Amino acid sequence: MTAALEITALEKTYQGGFQALKGISLSVQQGDFFALLGPNGAGKSTTIGIITSLVNKTAGQVKVFGHDIDHQLDLAKSHIGLVPQEFNFNQFESITKILVNQAGYYGVERSLAVKRAEKYLKQLELWDKRNGAARLLSGGMKRRLMIARALMHEPKMLILDEPTAGVDIELRRSMWEFLKDLNKQGVTIILTTHYLEEAEMLCRNIAIINNGEIVENTSMKALLTKLDIETFVFDLANCPQSPVLENAVCRLIDEHTLEVDVQKSQSINTVFTQLTEQHIEVKSMRNKTNRLEALFVHLINQDQHSVTVKGAQDE
Amino acid sequence: MNNTIALKSILHKEIHRFLRIWVQTLVPPAITISLYFIIFGSLIGSRIGTMGGYDYMSFIVPGLIMMSVITNSYANVSSSFFSAKWQRNVEEMLVAPVPNWVIVAGYVGGGMARGILVGLIVSIIALFFVDIHIHNLWVIIVTVALTSAVFSLGGLINAVFAGSFDDISIIPTFVLTPLTYLGGVFYSISLLPPFWQGVSRINPIVYMVNAFRYGFLGVSDVSLTVSFVVIIGFVAVLYVIAMLLISKGIGLKS
Repeated sequence: MTAALEITALEKTYQGGFQALKGISLSVQQGDFFALLGPNGAGKSTTIGIITSLVNKTAGQVKVFGHDIDHQLDLAKSHIGLVPQEFNFNQFESITKILVNQAGYYGVERSLAVKRAEKYLKQLELWDKRNGAARLLSGGMKRRLMIARALMHEPKMLILDEPTAGVDIELRRSMWEFLKDLNKQGVTIILTTHYLEEAEMLCRNIAIINNGEIVENTSMKALLTKLDIETFVFDLANCPQSPVLENAVCRLIDEHTLEVDVQKSQSINTVFTQLTEQHIEVKSMRNKTNRLEALFVHLINQDQHSVTVKGAQDE
Repeated sequence: MNNTIALKSILHKEIHRFLRIWVQTLVPPAITISLYFIIFGSLIGSRIGTMGGYDYMSFIVPGLIMMSVITNSYANVSSSFFSAKWQRNVEEMLVAPVPNWVIVAGYVGGGMARGILVGLIVSIIALFFVDIHIHNLWVIIVTVALTSAVFSLGGLINAVFAGSFDDISIIPTFVLTPLTYLGGVFYSISLLPPFWQGVSRINPIVYMVNAFRYGFLGVSDVSLTVSFVVIIGFVAVLYVIAMLLISKGIGLKS
């Protein structure tokens, strides 16, 4: 099957000489829910900008559902829906008009566009605001408006650049459900996000980009298995002294909180058994950090270190 | 991909925009031109006598209508396109499979719609001051359409290069206004010494005003054929420049 997105040796050097992309290659399969992660300035938005033709590439090739953007740009564009990071709609225009006009740019008849606008505004809980000016919406509503706008031509691939930035947790979760449903319907979704929990919950495959290079490109499952140690936080009834645990490192934070680093190969039951033997009652337990976050930090730091070492060798 | 629907969408958006803010877009030219009619036409004009064989008021009406068409066509596209750049909603069109010529035609069509509508409003106001003669309706229609296209394209090019709102007021203030006032709106260039008549012929607005005046009064300082060649030439050159700028993404893409 043709890949939804095929990027080969993509390079971008901005005026002034800053090299944002250093020949990245990437493939996203049809129907995938794909995360593109990286710290600020890593090259995520530049990559998205090139795919959507908002940024001119310096070298390399981009194909969207087999259509090369150098030769079949219009066909490639017709398959993409973009939810950009910044609000980029006319703040003074009414919400329905923004959606209907956007559909028109893709050749969707006005009568059909009006029906689709109603469908997506209702699904994204914006129907009550349909006649108001876009500037009057809250931040979360503006994000949902941009999702509705990106769907007006019913694209086969949806690209979301930080779609939940600044959105409260309740709204974020409802947006996750909406995106999951969309993906189930066959829409390929590419997501960049700062909320690594979001990527872990939604995405099946992942690429991590740093300093304009792909430092990891694999399935979410395969990536998470690379994590050897997981830290758990135990809420205790009362524990004045730090317990002694075999095969696990623990830190008593206070009389009621204990952090335990557990090897992936080790059963967590052994920790419970040892705590019970020492008459320590566990009230509840949770992960200390998001697992992906730990890996992300590790990979980025590793990459920074290799750059520093290479720089030192070059000198 | 249906380009007609895309073109209609941009046109609809553009026309709706200037109608929504009609107090800013349609009322000021009506007031300004009414003042011109009262002051230059009725009060001062009555003491001037005839010009080109017509009373002064009848002589300046075509020029004043053309002046409002020029300024409004230009202002509509320059402010709308720059605002779309500034708010980044121009990206809505850039990410869609809209051909560049459709973007140019949509914005120019919006500018022409405003220019011609303001021209109509001003013409109606003129009827309160003077009987309007019509010598050749087709010359009037073709001249006003082509002239509004020229200045809509000019406004688009200005907006592409503009980096701030100040940049879209520089050309109207320092270029358009002087050229319009020196373009034979208020006088026949035949009144000027030969040297300044020659200089005036470099000014493209002279040809637009005179072709338009010919449509109303049947008199012109320059040949009608030359006027149409100049106006069509400007449309062609500015269209090519606008297309090149949009295709290359100057000021729009990084």
